[in-house]
Amino acid sequence: MLESYLPILVLIAIALLFAVGSVTFSFIFGPKKPSKIKLAPYECGMPLIGTARERFSVKFYIVAMLFILFDIEAVFLYPWAVVFKKLGMFGFVEMGVFIVILLVGYAYVWKKGALEWE
Amino acid sequence: MSEMLSLSNDPTLFIAVMLAKILVVFIVVILIVAYATYAERKIIGHMQTRLGPTMTGPLGLLQPIADGLKLFFKEDIIPSQASKLAFILAPMMILVPAFITVAVIPFGDSITVKGYTVPLQISDLNIGVLYILAMSGLGVYGIVLAGWSSNNKYSLLGGVRSAAQMISYELAAGLAIISVFMLSGTLQLSDIVAAQSGSILNWYIFSQPLAFCLFVITSLAEVNRTPFDLPEAETELVSGFCTEYSSMKYALFFMAEYANMVVLSAITATLFLGGPAGPFPGPINLLIKVFAFMFFFIWIRATFPRVRYDQLMYLGWKVFLPLALLNIVITGAVVVF
Repeated sequence: MLESYLPILVLIAIALLFAVGSVTFSFIFGPKKPSKIKLAPYECGMPLIGTARERFSVKFYIVAMLFILFDIEAVFLYPWAVVFKKLGMFGFVEMGVFIVILLVGYAYVWKKGALEWE
Repeated sequence: MSEMLSLSNDPTLFIAVMLAKILVVFIVVILIVAYATYAERKIIGHMQTRLGPTMTGPLGLLQPIADGLKLFFKEDIIPSQASKLAFILAPMMILVPAFITVAVIPFGDSITVKGYTVPLQISDLNIGVLYILAMSGLGVYGIVLAGWSSNNKYSLLGGVRSAAQMISYELAAGLAIISVFMLSGTLQLSDIVAAQSGSILNWYIFSQPLAFCLFVITSLAEVNRTPFDLPEAETELVSGFCTEYSSMKYALFFMAEYANMVVLSAITATLFLGGPAGPFPGPINLLIKVFAFMFFFIWIRATFPRVRYDQLMYLGWKVFLPLALLNIVITGAVVVF
């Protein structure tokens, strides 16, 4: 079984080599004429205002949390889907209950307005 | 039926065949990526009654090579405020997962080499689909890291927007394809192709039209293509997470984006369109299906305007997610009753 992962390791090595190689190549052969203005962060040509290390909308954290919750539910569905035909009626009812519980949480999140972006 | 070639029965031949397969697939993907940029400019040009590139070589065919060479010899700028290590690693962290996802795509039936059976697939993992989802998930890290390490407000916003968009649509895509595995009973891609063999009516696009539509649209969002290209919304965010990048690092982002397009087209073809099945030899059938999807992606870009960010989130969380769950329940009910 492990030998089916060998080609993937080789492919990772080749892809990494390609990425590192091309970046190194352009680093060596590209011109280097740095200046203070050129190395400053781009802000449409205006003088810099503050830094980018600032707070951003909490919405993004909520999306990340919801993703983790729902993606775990999705991962539970994968093994179930593979053996679904063998489980038959039992599997269908069982997963129906699971999806209904999932939907209760989903309805709560929707009602609370966590999915709104105004 | 001859024996399957493995590491135990002929190690030298196994490694030679493995390297040959990997190199051929890698080079083919790079070529498709290079010429996808040309095709995109040419097709969009003609759709907007322009000619697209014409100057470099006959019909502008050498344009991707000229672009590549130009980017190789451009100055590699690392902003003084950037976090250097993360800034250099980020493009590679996006490119590598994009290129290695292709490992599990079956591109033809098996062939016989020196009396051994060799499957035309780099690696036939029994968890092939989970591998694909895992690798497409890894790409998000590179984007967030690129946006954050640039220390630029536009990059940061582009990065977090992109991450939020990709994880939202990854969820919908992951749920949409579950119904396919309920029918095939396996996560191994070669078995999914085998389950669709026989007649064209066995293709899952006919038994799972809703899952197919959901997966194609969510794929568009996952590779950040129009109408879901908000991370790179030029009018608001300059160039999104890759604003500060130049030279080959910038090129790596675009190669990763096009490689993701190629891979997602191939995955859609494998899951819903019978993979390498068709009238021609296997790899050619798969390439035809991949090119058809790529043309579709480009066509969409020429046709649709960009959606607003709240519309994007609305679509992902309030439309696609329930539809994907509904599709699972319907499929379950049809299989059981």
